[in-house]
Amino acid sequence: MTPDSLRAALGGVPDPDWLDTALRRVATEPTAITRLFSAAGRRCGRGALPDAPGWTADDAARVLLLTALPGDHATYAASLYQHGDAAERRAVLRALPLLPIGAAGVPLLHDAIRTNDTRLVAAALGPYARHLDPAAWRQAVLKCVFSGVPLAAVADLDTRADGELAAMLAALAAERHAAGRDLPADATDLLDRLTAALPREA
Amino acid sequence: MRIFDPHIHMTSRTTDDYERMAAAGVRAVVEPSFWLGQPRTSAASFTDYFDSLIGWEPFRAGQFGVRHFATVALNPKEANDPRCRPVLDLLPRYLDKDAVVAVGEIGYDSMTPEEDEAFAAQLALAVAYDLPALVHTPHRDKARGCERTLAVVAESGIDAGRVVVDHLNEVTVKLVRDSGCWLGFSIYPDTKMTPERMVELLREYGTERMLVNSAADWGRSDPLLTRATGEAMLSAGFSDDDVDQVLWRNPVEFYGQSGRLDLSDLDVAEKVDPQTGNSILRGGS
Repeated sequence: MTPDSLRAALGGVPDPDWLDTALRRVATEPTAITRLFSAAGRRCGRGALPDAPGWTADDAARVLLLTALPGDHATYAASLYQHGDAAERRAVLRALPLLPIGAAGVPLLHDAIRTNDTRLVAAALGPYARHLDPAAWRQAVLKCVFSGVPLAAVADLDTRADGELAAMLAALAAERHAAGRDLPADATDLLDRLTAALPREA
Repeated sequence: MRIFDPHIHMTSRTTDDYERMAAAGVRAVVEPSFWLGQPRTSAASFTDYFDSLIGWEPFRAGQFGVRHFATVALNPKEANDPRCRPVLDLLPRYLDKDAVVAVGEIGYDSMTPEEDEAFAAQLALAVAYDLPALVHTPHRDKARGCERTLAVVAESGIDAGRVVVDHLNEVTVKLVRDSGCWLGFSIYPDTKMTPERMVELLREYGTERMLVNSAADWGRSDPLLTRATGEAMLSAGFSDDDVDQVLWRNPVEFYGQSGRLDLSDLDVAEKVDPQTGNSILRGGS
């Protein structure tokens, strides 16, 4: 998803003028983003955007506000995350792959994955999670399975999933089966795909 | 019976309580920031607490279909500790958040000059941020504390209809009724107010501007006493509509003044039980 396509998808929100004005203001007066970021849900709504599958109006508006900043994106992202409510934090996490910040946002991913708020864990495993090292990424995927976050939220799942993740999933499956419980279907499917693709141990 | 608990400290409750509350018809709560049992010693522990009120608690509540809102403030008890005062400078950022529907709990605990200052400063914040205010009344020297509270509210310039004065009882109810402020009652198993005494007050003063909460904090308390009060009202001859006004429409009207009370997608549509003719909550008890 690009900022342009998010902007187009937001064309039908109740108060598009507010967003236009807010974006222009942030470009010339970056500190204004603090209050505009909080108000975005009230002004743009929180409903799903038909033209941007998987996006809500508040998430998209906040991501656009961050991309409209003239500079210091990493500093603003960290500050808005730190002072944000759960919806604001989710929007910062979703903005990370669209900002010119390299890997500077990785500490925010670690913070989000430490929480037990499934909305934040899911948002942390989007495209920007390519900056997570393999051990942290595997733990985060396992946390999704453990806490019921659909694996569809995980970007690059099949390209990154490896033998180590398969071993961890198999161990969780064994633990669940011992307790008379099952893994979620999408995790069982992933484990089946990984087991089929990996060479069998001698 | 659909219930909006306008004052409940869910931080002190277990997740099982959310489940029981949802089963009893509670669909929305306001959690005012207050003390945490153990006194805090720095502003930083306030920010962790406020973050929880706009982060983790709404998530925990949402798992049971309960919508969670908050009020944010430096409480009167801790306004007396100079180590906690810097939190006053941190409040504006929180007052901009979607789920923050009032400034509170503010007011008096021991009626010190420090409390005077924090109370007035935070009423001014309520005006500046266009938010209602939730005002706690002291548990000691209550009647005089209540008079002084109303004087400070009047002096602040905030519209009385945007203020709820809480923890009222038989001694303080009339004073607040005459002020134009909303009246809050915290129903406890045996202290501040009981369901039976509440019913008597509703008989005497009517159902307008009356807010019933369970507070449910660190002392002996029960998050289902809102429901118990609704049932006591019905037993005493109040109608389903009276109960709905007190336990749902009144809190919606009061906190709705924030412009931030988003109750969309909540399962609160009512239908009538064909056997009893009473309204029942869809999906609830």
